[in-house]
Amino acid sequence: MTTPDYRLTQLQTLEAESLHVLREVAAECERPVLLFSGGKDSIVMLELARKAFAPARIPFPVMHVDTGLNFPEVLEFRDKRVAELGVELVVASVPDAIAAGTVKEEPNGSRNRIQTPVLLDAVEENGFTALFGGARRDEDKARAKERMFSFRDEFGQWDPKNQRPELWDLYNGRIHQGESIRVFPLSNWTELDIWAYIAQEEIGIPALYLARERDVVDRGGMLYAVNEFITPREGEPVLHESVRYRTVGDANLTAAVRSTAVTVAEVIAEISVTRLTERGATRGDDKVSEAAMEDRKKEGYF
Amino acid sequence: MGGLTQQAAVQELATARKDILRIATAGSVDDGKSTLIGRLLFDSKAVFEDQYEAIERASRGDYVDLALLTDGLRAEREQGITIDVAYRYFSTPRRTFILADTPGHVQYTRNMVTGASTADLAIVLVDARKGMLEQSRRHAFLASLLRVPHLVVAVNKMDLVDWSEEIYEQIRDEFTAFATKLDVPDLTVIPISALAGDNVVTRSANMPWYEGTSLLHHLEHVHVASDRNLVDTRFPVQYVIRPQTDAHHDYRGYAGRVGGGVLRPGDEVQVLPSGLTSTIAAIDGPDGPLQEAFPPMSVTVRLTDDLDVSRGDLICRPHNAPQVTQDVDALVCWMSDQPLRPRQRLAVKHTTRSVRAVVKELQYRLDVNTLHRQTEAEGGLELGLNDLGRVRLRTTQPLFVDDYQRNRVTGRFILIDEATNATVGAGMLIPPR
Repeated sequence: MTTPDYRLTQLQTLEAESLHVLREVAAECERPVLLFSGGKDSIVMLELARKAFAPARIPFPVMHVDTGLNFPEVLEFRDKRVAELGVELVVASVPDAIAAGTVKEEPNGSRNRIQTPVLLDAVEENGFTALFGGARRDEDKARAKERMFSFRDEFGQWDPKNQRPELWDLYNGRIHQGESIRVFPLSNWTELDIWAYIAQEEIGIPALYLARERDVVDRGGMLYAVNEFITPREGEPVLHESVRYRTVGDANLTAAVRSTAVTVAEVIAEISVTRLTERGATRGDDKVSEAAMEDRKKEGYF
Repeated sequence: MGGLTQQAAVQELATARKDILRIATAGSVDDGKSTLIGRLLFDSKAVFEDQYEAIERASRGDYVDLALLTDGLRAEREQGITIDVAYRYFSTPRRTFILADTPGHVQYTRNMVTGASTADLAIVLVDARKGMLEQSRRHAFLASLLRVPHLVVAVNKMDLVDWSEEIYEQIRDEFTAFATKLDVPDLTVIPISALAGDNVVTRSANMPWYEGTSLLHHLEHVHVASDRNLVDTRFPVQYVIRPQTDAHHDYRGYAGRVGGGVLRPGDEVQVLPSGLTSTIAAIDGPDGPLQEAFPPMSVTVRLTDDLDVSRGDLICRPHNAPQVTQDVDALVCWMSDQPLRPRQRLAVKHTTRSVRAVVKELQYRLDVNTLHRQTEAEGGLELGLNDLGRVRLRTTQPLFVDDYQRNRVTGRFILIDEATNATVGAGMLIPPR
C-alpha cells in the first residue's frame, strides 16, 4: 500500500484526516450523532465512521431528517445500511412536525427551510451535542469558510464573524449546555474525491446515482424526473431521457442530468469533464440567490 | 482530461499516486492575491461554467475579474472586509492542492497563523511596484514561525514595471537577506503577473531573463515528503477501541494518528505516563493489518501486553521519549480581545491530552514587524489580540512534548478559555532559556 518514501495518496490523506476527526468527536463530545441523508457524501461519511471504530460498532446513532419527500430508493438504502452496521437510527420527521403544527408547509412546497427547526427540535429532544454532517468546502462559498468543527449557539446558528480559530488538527469541541458543534469530517474532500473513494472502496450507493431512461420534464433547463412529487403540468411535454442524479435531495426539488453513465467508473469519467458545479446543475433550492446557503446556515441549516 | 479514454480517466482519479500539497497564501487585496488565486483556479480548470458566468456578470471593465472567484460571504461584501480563512481546492494531473486563503491585514495575524498551521508551503505576495513592505516581512516571519517548510515569494504586477529584471532582482535579494534571519529552509522567488497569467501556469515570454519555473510548476514539484519527522516515534492515543463482542472478545486497540516516526509490528514501545514497556502486536489500518504506519496516518495499534492505556497517553520508543514536563516554554499567538497576563488560568489541549495551566511568566512580547522583544522592563507587558509572546506555563498534569522545531505534532498546543470555551491562543514549544 505504501511507497518507500512514506507518501500517502490523496485519498489516503483525506481518509486519515476524516478518521481522526470522527474519533476525536467520539472521544471528546458527550452525545454525537451522524446526520445521514442517503446522499453520496453521507454514505461515504458513514463508511468512514465504520472504519474509524472497527472492529467495534459505530459508537453513536445515525439521524435522518425525513422531509417526507424522499426518493424511495434512498429510504430503502438507508434502512438496509443501518441494519448492516447495527447502528441506532433516529428519524426526525418533517411530516410529523407539520401534523403536530410545530412547522408550517411553505407555499412553494419546499421543505428546505422548515427542516431546520425539525432538526433543531430533534437535537434538543435527544440531547445531541455534536452533529456530523457530510458537507464539503468545495460545495459553496459559504462552506469554503466553515471550520471542521463549527460552533453553534443554542439556536443552532452559525456566526461566520465569530468562528473559533482552528489550528493544526487540534479541535476545540467544548460547549456550554444547549450549544452544539457541527462537525464536517469531509470538509477537504471534493466531489471527485467522493466518487473516486466510492469506486476505490466499492461502496454501495442508491441506484439513482446511475443513469437510466426516465420520464422527465424540462423546467428552466433543469430536468426533473416524473415521480410521486413531480407531475407534468398541463401541456408540458414529457421527455424520455437517459439521466442520473448528481445530488440526492428532496424528490420535488432535485433535478437530474443527462447521462449515459451506468457504472461508478463512468460517472467519474463524466464528472471529470463536467463544467457545472453540482449544486448549480441540480438544486432548485440553491438557485434562489447567490447567498442562499449563507442565509440557511445562519438559521441553523447544515 | 478530454483526450483521455474513460478507463484512463478513472485510473487516473481512483488509483493515481497523486499527493496533496497544502498551501497558505497571504497578502492584501492590493497585492493581487485574489487575482492570483482566481488565475490558479481558472487555469487549472477548477472553475465551473456557472461560477464563471456569475463572475462575468459581476465584472466591470474589459476583462473578467478573476478576483471575484474568491469573493466571499455577503456579510463580508457588505462590510468590505475579509472575515476569515477560506479554503480552495484545485488539482492538476500531478497533485491536488488545498489552499488556505487568508486576509493580510495587520489585525489578522490570527488568521494567518491558522492558515499556516497546516501548510506545507506558503506564498507571500509582493507588489513589484512597492517592493518588500512591512506586511511582506510579517507574512514571511509568521510562515517561518509556524515552520512552514517552503516559502514562495511571488513578485506580482511585473507588467506594471515593464517586466524589469532589475526590480525583480532587487526584491529577490532583499527578501533573501531577510529570510536568512528567519530560518526558512526553502525560499523561491518568482516574478509573475497574475492578471495576464505570466509565470503562473506557464513560463512567460515577457520575462526571458527569468530562468526558473512557473509558480504552478513549482507547486507541482516541490518535495514535501521529507518535511515530516520519521525518526522520533510518537503516537498519541486518541481513542480506545474495545468491541466487547463475541467475535472480538479480547480486542483492545489504541486508535490515533501517527505524530512521528515509523511504527512496525514487533517494535518495542514505551507508554507514557506509566513508563511501562510492551511490543506492538499489530497495526490495523483503515483497510486491514499494516506492516508500517507513519505520519499522518490514522491507525489502531495493538500491544502484546494488557496495559492500562487510555486517551491522552503516548506511545513512543523506550530510548527515544519526548520530554515529560509540567513546565512549558512556548511562543504563543494570542487570539482573544481579553489580553493574556501572568497568573491567568487556561485550559491546554496538546495532542490528545487536555490539562489546565497557569501562566507563570510572560517573558516578552514580540513585535512582528520589527522583531523587537518588549520585556517587563519597558512596562505594561501583556499580550493583546494578534500579539505574539514568549510564555511559561505550569500545567496540572505532565505533557509529553518536543520542541516545535523538532516535531510539529508534539510541539504545539492550543489554549482555551474555560469560561467562554473559546480558543484563545496557539502555542509552539521552544527550548527553555
